[in-house]
Amino acid sequence: MRQADAVIIGGGPAGLAAAVELYHKGITDILILERESSLGGILKQCIHDGFGLSRFGETLSGPEYAQRFIDQVEELKIPYITDATVIRLTGDKKVYAASREGIIEIQAKAVMLAMGCRERTRGAISIPGERPAGVWTAGVAQSYINLQNKMVGREVVILGSGDIGMIMARRMTLEGAHVQAVFELQPYASGLPRNIEQCLRDYDIPLYLSHTVTDILGKDRLEGVVVSQVDEKLQPVPGTEKTYHCDTLILSVGLIPENELSLEAGVTLDDRSKGAVVDENYQTDVEGIFAAGNVLHVHDLVDFVSMEAEKLADAMARYIREGGLPPCELDIKTDGNVTHTIPQKVSGKKSFRLAMRVRRPMKDGAIEITQDGKTVKRYKFKKALPAEMIQIPVEAEKLNGEAPLEVNVIC
Amino acid sequence: MKCFDVAVIGAGVVGCAVARELSRYSLSICVLEKELDVACGNSGRNTGMLHAGFTYRPGSLKAECAVEGNREFDQVAEELDIPFKRTGKLVVGFDEKDRKNILKYKVIGEENGVRGMEMIDKKRLNEIDPNAGGEFAMYVPSSGILDPMQYTIALAENACMNGAEFLFDHRVLEIERRDERYIIHTPAEDVSVRWVFNCAGMYASQISEMLGYPNYPVKGFKGEYYVLDKKAGKEMKIPIYPAPNDKGGFSTHATPTVDGNVLVGPDSYVVEESEDYKVTKEHMDGLFEDGRKVFKEMKREYFIRNFSGIRWKRYDPETGAILDFMLEADEKNPCTVNLVGIESPGITCALPLARRAVAKLVEKEHPAVNESFNPRRKGIRRFLDMSLEEKEQAVKENPDYGEVICRCETVTRAEILQAVHNPLGVCTVTGIKNRTRATMGRCQGGYCETRITDLIQKEIGISEDQIRYSRKNSYMFTGKVRDEK
Repeated sequence: MRQADAVIIGGGPAGLAAAVELYHKGITDILILERESSLGGILKQCIHDGFGLSRFGETLSGPEYAQRFIDQVEELKIPYITDATVIRLTGDKKVYAASREGIIEIQAKAVMLAMGCRERTRGAISIPGERPAGVWTAGVAQSYINLQNKMVGREVVILGSGDIGMIMARRMTLEGAHVQAVFELQPYASGLPRNIEQCLRDYDIPLYLSHTVTDILGKDRLEGVVVSQVDEKLQPVPGTEKTYHCDTLILSVGLIPENELSLEAGVTLDDRSKGAVVDENYQTDVEGIFAAGNVLHVHDLVDFVSMEAEKLADAMARYIREGGLPPCELDIKTDGNVTHTIPQKVSGKKSFRLAMRVRRPMKDGAIEITQDGKTVKRYKFKKALPAEMIQIPVEAEKLNGEAPLEVNVIC
Repeated sequence: MKCFDVAVIGAGVVGCAVARELSRYSLSICVLEKELDVACGNSGRNTGMLHAGFTYRPGSLKAECAVEGNREFDQVAEELDIPFKRTGKLVVGFDEKDRKNILKYKVIGEENGVRGMEMIDKKRLNEIDPNAGGEFAMYVPSSGILDPMQYTIALAENACMNGAEFLFDHRVLEIERRDERYIIHTPAEDVSVRWVFNCAGMYASQISEMLGYPNYPVKGFKGEYYVLDKKAGKEMKIPIYPAPNDKGGFSTHATPTVDGNVLVGPDSYVVEESEDYKVTKEHMDGLFEDGRKVFKEMKREYFIRNFSGIRWKRYDPETGAILDFMLEADEKNPCTVNLVGIESPGITCALPLARRAVAKLVEKEHPAVNESFNPRRKGIRRFLDMSLEEKEQAVKENPDYGEVICRCETVTRAEILQAVHNPLGVCTVTGIKNRTRATMGRCQGGYCETRITDLIQKEIGISEDQIRYSRKNSYMFTGKVRDEK
């Protein structure tokens, strides 16, 4: 069985950024395993721009953003294998990948989970109706249009105001399709405000909040969808049904971290984020297995994925060099106003950035981090949206004692 | 005009079983199917249960065929190389009323010849499945689970390799009697045959009438299902049914599938339209509520998909009573075999029914035996089911086994290619799915569908606007986004 200090599962933005940073921190015995035939992950199909403002101070397309990291991986000669799908990961960090050359078996000192996320499907949200062709998740439609030169339809309705859905509304319009509307179940948009402006308003595509698809029509190809208003319990209001004739329904109804391998290795997941429970070092509860990027929690900007992965790499390098990291036993508890936090555990002896999202749009409030009843940090906001991840730096010198931290939103 | 000795109308499980049993003889056989693949109707829309035969009226064709079909299935599964598990079944009860209703079925089962049924106490129940609720149960060791689509495909492929020809997109419009032959009109072409076997499932009554038999009244009992993630099925080893109600029906239950998922359902309600397969909010909500009571892993995060099927039962219009399967060959309509009202337990009964149907032809004509008939068919070998050593070996022999296309179900390029080049010539995305399980996992094709359509296009050599999802007009793409320079 071959050996490696660090095995990175996934050659997307998280895996690439971590590889480069590990190298700079002196860990050079790295192996990136990528299931597709080239590095870059989902960025390959994101041909729109807007990437890189935080990380590089300029705006890039997805492939350009990925290329910056790929170039460094190539330059530093960091080993990677493409067309290699990890089929098994064990708790003692043995990695098995299927490739055309055979089953690759590696014993790693440390493993980074960087598998990204998958899209929530029609089945996951139980949309009623027939099952014709023409119903796609936004990412699949994006892949067809941007990578395979296959046009998925002409008369389009979009369910869900996720970022990819809005980007696809613009993309399909630019390719000559007619996007009738975007419908969102919640009373607020789930994607970024800049995408509402640039992808919908600029193209006169209406966004209807508190609406959902309640029937799918057509046995062969999609013929239409029935849309209903929903009440405050998100249940369809009878009598509000309206039929939209269309041949394409695009779903942009959420992303779920892809953690099947993590579960197999015994990693504990957080029910709220659907990603691993990690500490300030991005280490999971299986020693030596780390996670960052969308496999950990869904990010709104790839820049934050890279930066999170770079922080992970710093801790992972220390772990490989020193054979372990200090224990992190303080829990971070949250009230019902934030979905979850990353990390969920800290040592109390090191500065860290606490990432979270609010559950619903809020105005003129503050997020208060306390320990033992004492305020550690207070973060004031004018506006907080579920679409925008909040990251709060917490300084080590403010922490003391062995009590768990609490995160409360005051609004 | 194409000529055959026999036309089988309908490529559901019964039609494919009939074609397979016919192919034991030196006959030219065609199977006329209106869809683009086998098992597009209710053969692929059920629980996938190999029934033991304890709920059907003694002496009925249902009872006789179910018991016969159940007993032989280990051999059938082995011959056809399909996944099958003889799991047994538990019918659990809590009180005396439950016991009474369960015992009724035990008596019926024994009369039908179901072997090994026994009442077991809580201790024994917990030994068989610690997760089963209930104070006592009837244990039925002969029940089993299978993949009804794989089974139908296997029967069809076996029939095909033994000489039967499958004609898809051939909806039967009219049947004409001309010079001792039947001329079957379809939109694709006319077909001339000597014998007709009506295996048209939900449309069997219409075909029955075309052949000169009555247009038997049938009533559609639709049931909806939830398919749950394999994570929900980890602990589930054996189908557990609640005690039957006083009318003898089973309320919503959870059944493991042979692939490790869990099906919750079916419920039951009457519908009019033949192919009303839409799933509805009302019934999905109902399944969720009822399912939660009997299966603790019925959680939203495990939802993968919904589907529905319809049991088209023959009934007596005067009394409303549900009638037995109809299998007849009346000399007034020479050289025809009529199968109507074949519903649950149609999967279990398919081969026994097929033998009885084919016997009608054999008794009359004594056709020569097909000397080259081979009852064995090889399925597509699954990477997922292999040990690490077997995987290593498979990749060495065929590198396509090392390229994972569907991540959730770990389906490789080798399997997809075998499915694309299947013996029946089916090339829809659903066809590939039902042969390999690709797109059946939790991401529902999010990762692999684009790769599968690409392979279909390249391997079959068709343009993107010819790729179909499942049905005749289910075209997936309007064309290229832009012309390539």
